[in-house]
Amino acid sequence: MTMQRARPSLPSNDKRWKLVNATMRRSGYAEHALIEALHSVQDAFGYLDEDAMIFVADSLDLPLSKVFGVATFYHLFMLKPQGRHSCVVCTGTACYIQGAGALIEGLEQRFDVNPGETTEDGALSVMTARCVGACGLAPAVVIDGQVSGKLDSNALNAKLAGQIKGQIREEIAQ
Amino acid sequence: MNVDDLEELADLHRQEHAAVKTEIRVCTAASCQSSGAQPVLEALTAGCEASEHPGCRVKQVGCMGLCSAGPLVAIAAKDAPLDQAQLYRDVTAADAPEILTSAKTGAPVERLHCPIDMPFFARQQRIVLENSGVVDPNSFKGYVVLGGYRAMVQALTEMTPAEVIAEVTTSALRGRGGGGYPTGLKWSTVAKMPAGQKYVICNADEGDPGAFMDRAILESDPHRVLEGMAIAAYAIGANKGFVYIRAEYPLAVERLKTAIRKAKRAGFIGHHICETEFNFDIEIRLGAGAFVCGEETALMASIEGGRGQPRPRPPYPAESGLWGCPTLINNVETYANIAPIVRDGGDWFAGIGTERSKGTKVFALAGAICNTGLIEVPMGTPLRDIIEDIGGGIPGGKAFKAVQTGGPSGGCIPEAHLDIPVDYDSLKTLGTIMGSGGMIVMDETSSMVEVARFFMEFCMSESCGKCIPCRAGTAQMHGLLDRIVKGEAGAQELALLEELCEVVQATSLCGLGQTAPNPVLSTLRYFRAEYEQRLLDQAA
Repeated sequence: MTMQRARPSLPSNDKRWKLVNATMRRSGYAEHALIEALHSVQDAFGYLDEDAMIFVADSLDLPLSKVFGVATFYHLFMLKPQGRHSCVVCTGTACYIQGAGALIEGLEQRFDVNPGETTEDGALSVMTARCVGACGLAPAVVIDGQVSGKLDSNALNAKLAGQIKGQIREEIAQ
Repeated sequence: MNVDDLEELADLHRQEHAAVKTEIRVCTAASCQSSGAQPVLEALTAGCEASEHPGCRVKQVGCMGLCSAGPLVAIAAKDAPLDQAQLYRDVTAADAPEILTSAKTGAPVERLHCPIDMPFFARQQRIVLENSGVVDPNSFKGYVVLGGYRAMVQALTEMTPAEVIAEVTTSALRGRGGGGYPTGLKWSTVAKMPAGQKYVICNADEGDPGAFMDRAILESDPHRVLEGMAIAAYAIGANKGFVYIRAEYPLAVERLKTAIRKAKRAGFIGHHICETEFNFDIEIRLGAGAFVCGEETALMASIEGGRGQPRPRPPYPAESGLWGCPTLINNVETYANIAPIVRDGGDWFAGIGTERSKGTKVFALAGAICNTGLIEVPMGTPLRDIIEDIGGGIPGGKAFKAVQTGGPSGGCIPEAHLDIPVDYDSLKTLGTIMGSGGMIVMDETSSMVEVARFFMEFCMSESCGKCIPCRAGTAQMHGLLDRIVKGEAGAQELALLEELCEVVQATSLCGLGQTAPNPVLSTLRYFRAEYEQRLLDQAA
């Protein structure tokens, strides 16, 4: 008879850990569930912090170095908290040809943020993607999960400013 | 269940909507959704219910191809193919009442009319995309009504695995992911491995910038891909499949999940499929943003939960793949070709295309071209026809400069070679590749040196870092290109760049590194003057 290895306790009372745990349990805590576990951490918390990686490593009985190695290998995993809004500029070939570079420059000037960074007030994260597959709408951006296409720099900045302002207004109303 | 039972089932589903004569189809694939298809769908659905027009229904469908004119709405007789539809372009929710009236009376709305007989549609031959824009991607019944799963049931009940492989071999289908390896040969290699655990993998990690064929196929007709995978599994003796798909394609993932769930519930995936002895289960694995995972050995490492780094081949996956077991890996479009081949026969398929490239190919047209979107044409269609007729030429009165095929592993083709027929081998003679089918058109305003630098930046940051030629070589090449673009380099640096191209090409471990120099080499081959213009005048 094989002994059942003791699973680590959840890092905190935060209910989101249960979601992460469920993902790993579904695959029988198998080693190959690592990427899925990291996806579920990021879906739940928005990014992967050290606590999360230690928890996943302990649960799947993997060295932390392996978990860290996998988390840093893939572009999609974030190791820092993200802003309240996200803007992903597609830098695929079609978007590049149609002016993705100008969009990024415009964002840098207007919001003082470089790709891969978050504004100091935590309002906006700007990222780049290799290709979001919306080449027919180049240049494409993904704002808070919604794809928008054929934008120029002014239109994009105005749209983002509106999105951020809209949220502040909602907060004041509450 | 045999083919006749399936036909009965299809009839049963047909009767559910017996009163429906006309369909209003709204494209809800990613591109049209981004252009605002959802409000259009809602307005039409609400309007259709309110108008009490029982002979009419609103249906969401997948990609109709012409993404630049989205959102697209088609009015057609029930289950009629796309080329018999009345098509409307740039539709907004406000247009819903007029469209509903037109569906009732048959009188077209001239303002929104998009001619279905224009070359963009008329020049296409749709095999992979035959259901795309016709079937509701979330409807299992809709797929069965259109003849779906017929090929699978036929293979399971009337053919031996060897006969299925023979049919695929006769069709001379070649891998649509870009490599062009004969599919029948690949299948028979895995089938010949000793019985035991075998796997089938669908590579849906479409990382090529400028390519969105796989995305559109999965969003438009996911059951077609599942059917192809199940037939492959039966042929090679596998009972487990994985679809490795990019997390950047949330809509495709969602529709694929729905399709798997519904097919399982209907007994078309799972244990004792259609009451035969065949078992096949499919799982989805999400990628996490790494171009190198398109490389088969890297993709398998990623499914196993590790860093997506390739390993040397041999052993090939056919021999030792996922967890060391024999594994068949094909691309989305390859699987989407399987059902028609089984249904209509390998000979029929082999009758389409050129001598050494059979069938059709789906291309994603993007960049500086009037009609951006998805097209499917027979192999051997001249590049000029694709760009000028189907694509509608270059917008804004600008001149054509080059078309880039094959993504970062491909190359740029100049005007002088536009009359070449598109197939695997002719593209190779021009120093580029078919790749998965991305085609990006560039006009005279594009600088080819900057384009080369763009691709090198891509390869540099996507290199997995395992082997030195790729890790360090691409970084050096990018540095050299950057200096040439900025006018800080001389003839010596250009010579060094060319030398590096050869080294990286010859010594890299996997396809990413081996093909990274292609964009540089092909632009140097056809646009060398542009490089030389930017060089520092050494003598001065």
